[in-house]
Amino acid sequence: MNFDFSEDVVTMREEVRRLLRDRFPRGAVRQAIDAGQSSDPAFWRLLGEMGWLGVAIPEEHGGAGMGYEPLCMIAEEMGAALAPAPFSSSIFLAAEALLLFGNEEQKATWLPRMASGEVIGTLALAEGAGDPRPAAVKAAIRNDRISGDKWPVVDGDLARIAIVAAQGADGEPGLALVELDAAGVSRTLLPAIDAVRRSARLILTDAPADPLPGAQGWGAIERLLDRAAILFAFEQVGGAQGALDMAVSHALDRFAFGRPIGSFQAIKHKLADIYVATELARSNAYYGAWAIDNDAPETPVAAAAARVAASNAYSLAGRENIQVHGGMGLTWESDCHLFYRRARELALIVGSPRHWQGRLVDQLASRDRE
Amino acid sequence: MDFSDTPEEAAFRAEVRAFLDANAQRKTAEARSANKSRAMTPEQVAASKAWQRKKAEAGFAGILWPKKYGGREGTPMQHVIFLQEEEKYVVPISVFNQGVNMALPTIMAHGTEEQIARHARPALFGDEIWCQLFSEPAAGSDLAGLRTRAVRDGDNWVVNGQKIWTSNAHFSDFGMLMTRTDPAMAKHAGLTFFMVDMRAPGIEVRPIKQIAGTSNFCEVFLSDVRIPDSQRLGSVGAGWKVALTMLANERLAVSKAEGPDFEDIFLLARSVELDGRPAVEDGAVRERLANWYVQTVGVHYTRLRSNTALSRGKTPGPENSIGKLVGASKAQEIATFGIDLMGMAGAVMDPELAPMEAWFQQALLYSPGKRIAGGTDEILRNIIAERVLGLPGEVRADKGIAFADIPTSSR
Repeated sequence: MNFDFSEDVVTMREEVRRLLRDRFPRGAVRQAIDAGQSSDPAFWRLLGEMGWLGVAIPEEHGGAGMGYEPLCMIAEEMGAALAPAPFSSSIFLAAEALLLFGNEEQKATWLPRMASGEVIGTLALAEGAGDPRPAAVKAAIRNDRISGDKWPVVDGDLARIAIVAAQGADGEPGLALVELDAAGVSRTLLPAIDAVRRSARLILTDAPADPLPGAQGWGAIERLLDRAAILFAFEQVGGAQGALDMAVSHALDRFAFGRPIGSFQAIKHKLADIYVATELARSNAYYGAWAIDNDAPETPVAAAAARVAASNAYSLAGRENIQVHGGMGLTWESDCHLFYRRARELALIVGSPRHWQGRLVDQLASRDRE
Repeated sequence: MDFSDTPEEAAFRAEVRAFLDANAQRKTAEARSANKSRAMTPEQVAASKAWQRKKAEAGFAGILWPKKYGGREGTPMQHVIFLQEEEKYVVPISVFNQGVNMALPTIMAHGTEEQIARHARPALFGDEIWCQLFSEPAAGSDLAGLRTRAVRDGDNWVVNGQKIWTSNAHFSDFGMLMTRTDPAMAKHAGLTFFMVDMRAPGIEVRPIKQIAGTSNFCEVFLSDVRIPDSQRLGSVGAGWKVALTMLANERLAVSKAEGPDFEDIFLLARSVELDGRPAVEDGAVRERLANWYVQTVGVHYTRLRSNTALSRGKTPGPENSIGKLVGASKAQEIATFGIDLMGMAGAVMDPELAPMEAWFQQALLYSPGKRIAGGTDEILRNIIAERVLGLPGEVRADKGIAFADIPTSSR
């Protein structure tokens, strides 16, 4: 029985934490927002140099080929640090799509540059309101050209390439790679809840597209989303832990009625509940890490469970962290709102909590039928 | 990460399975809801004793115990493996948890060699059942507020008072008894611990009828009960220290909640209809199901994480409180929701008419107890907040004064 990260990953975590702490002390993220930056280019280059971007990308494609455990751990730490970088869009979504469904040429062209950080990618799936479903993909690809209206596209302002969902001539949805500086692509920045990670709207008009040959049919898109859901779950668990740590620290420092507010059961029990939700989410995410690392048939159930638990935990932690901080939690200067905003953004990014709850129940029912 | 046993663990698991296959029936799907009546009959007690003896003779009853007292001196991981495997078989409900996993480890930590030698084997081999005489009418969560008095009289102590919520007292042979020996001292300082023969003159056990109509805990009245000083556990005034050992062992002796659990409500939601469609298709039902599923497997995987810590030689800490805290409320919520899914018929408890032999209806009545017994939800949250998160204790009005001077009412 070994249901924990390997010793190597535990050691690596210390290095990741140290770097993130030095680079993003409390307040640095807000300064980036105030300066209108949603990414720190020097930090992004560093992530590439450290090998974090390509940690799960095979060596033959310019990565470190270390598997998914270290990637999950980095996702968790990035989530806790609220690091301003298009890490999840580029790695969990775009690089994963290329790895799963790209041909050799596509992989050779893009993956080494994504591992180094030279190229940032994202996924363009949504077309306005609604959760992921085949009928919602209205964008169309004909003769390697896509037309459609995609929004929100997270990190669409920074990305050089997007993996775009579009229906082919047979009406089946699939994925194709679009270079966003090409003719026929117009992008506008959208005001969004998350103050750091921004979203764009991509209007594609006969934009040149390179279909990913393995990604034909809705099942392929679900497979990509399942795997991404597990990686996002780690980012969410990290965020929930970050918000909990912040709330605990405030509860110890802040005095009222002559004693630390953390000595009042109304506060203690609230924090205990966040701890429990976060640990349950962490445990579900661990199972997800095991599933993707082994490409296990349990992945769809593991992914939905990890996502439901992580969205629950981060929502609770983000919301109650503000409550514990009282009036301070309402100010721009406190970091509370960053967690609160990110919790919502991440709860929606590959489909809403309601969508994943339903998917979990459906997957469990179909597992029982088999 | 992997879920496989080490070669040593695998070998032990095979040994456990061979023993269980030879001595018990593997659970079938229908057996999930078996054993749900919570009152112990004399036949069940006898069956529990026989099963305990069988396990002890095979070396599986005291996996963590020293060999000289009949144990195996095994690893915590072996203990966990045995529990994991035993759970898959139909075996009698154990009445030995309090003796083997709580009382005797405490006696081994604080008792004399004679005391250990007298009590260890009879407990391990199923001959003597133990109960825990802790809570009192005025001392529950605030355990150290207990008032049962022990007064020295030569080589004996004379005990007067009342204990309550004592599980299994009506068929126990011995009790772990905490008393107050000096009310002039501060609350935690004036306590002394004894092992008491439950058939001693002056002990009266009255089963309490619980809300489900059954009785599995009792009131215990102690009137001039004489206990030899040789049955004192630890020094005079050191009772709280002994109690803390016992409570720590209680947390390790995790017992799984009886449910109904996710699998049961999931089955029900697929078999009943709401507005002419299977309940499982209803959005509100799906939301609840998904959340219970992630709690259920989350607790399971959290236990696997703590087993991993055990396997790596670390001691699991108070984070083990999560399972009980989450499981108790979940059982109550699932019972209530399950009954509501049955619509107007949900209020019927007839096992012929209500689904799953009226398990959900029974659980509605016994599940509130799960949130109180063995540490209330509130105490567990305090434990997590103070010992895991490092938050300070509540300000107290009973510190630094004699026990006798602590306020007890608003009048």
